[in-house]
Amino acid sequence: MHFTDREWWTLLHGMVFGAVFLLAFGGGLAGLYSLRPGLLTTAGVTERIRRLKIGVVAMAVASWATVITGTWIVYPWYRDPAKDSPKSLLLADPNTADWHDFGMEWKEHIAWMSPILATVVAFIVLYYGPNLIGHDRVRRTAMTLFVLSFAFAAVAGAFGAFITKVAPVS
Amino acid sequence: MSAADRLQPGTDIPADRTEVPDKPEGPVVAAILAGGIGCLALGVFTTLAEASTSVADRLAWSDKVGPLSGKTIMAVIVWLISWVILHVVYRNREAETRKALTIALILIGLGTLLTFPTFFQLFAPEE
Repeated sequence: MHFTDREWWTLLHGMVFGAVFLLAFGGGLAGLYSLRPGLLTTAGVTERIRRLKIGVVAMAVASWATVITGTWIVYPWYRDPAKDSPKSLLLADPNTADWHDFGMEWKEHIAWMSPILATVVAFIVLYYGPNLIGHDRVRRTAMTLFVLSFAFAAVAGAFGAFITKVAPVS
Repeated sequence: MSAADRLQPGTDIPADRTEVPDKPEGPVVAAILAGGIGCLALGVFTTLAEASTSVADRLAWSDKVGPLSGKTIMAVIVWLISWVILHVVYRNREAETRKALTIALILIGLGTLLTFPTFFQLFAPEE
């Protein structure tokens, strides 16, 4: 079993950062949802806020790491003008051209909305800290933006996985 | 009944809980609006680069990455600058998060539309 440097970077971009992102999203969303006075004791709030801060910051960092490695390291290999690059191979066959024309074109752009929104949520949680429990409106707003951030990453991640299946970077 | 058994009005928070001083909602509003502006900026640069080859060439700050390099960096710059400006404007203001979220969702929706290939490819020059 052997991975090339490019395959390692692709794994890091899609699987490692993606896994951290997924874990942080699950934890962060659960934390935001349960941050309500009726569900927590005072001691519970302190403990929950600490974990929530770690979760939302981890999601923002993982999100930035994913788009930066994707755009600046993996994408140049994908779009290489060589005939055997994934982009060239996809466009050479009318049956696979849409994976680039639609899938990659959408993925490479929409992915960047995810870290922006994840950072906004991280700021909200860090700014309010324990006071977030008394700001239900803000908590719901943070949840909405958190889910949107995840949805954009999910679109990008899904297309990334499909495109890698059809024409891997190797 | 002890103080710990009593609750703050309208909540389940014990009356004797030590409260952290509350903060104004303005900085949160600024962050939310700036997030929407950043998403819209990404969409605008994406569609502009598709519509004009000269814009696409100018945004190709890296030969290897192509126009995506300039589009994404410019969107991040617009987002951060707008956040700083809005933060200064709103930092001590009482503002309404729900209204900011509505505006941000509209901006995010427009940004999504402008990054949707079927839409932005409508503006591609005839070959």
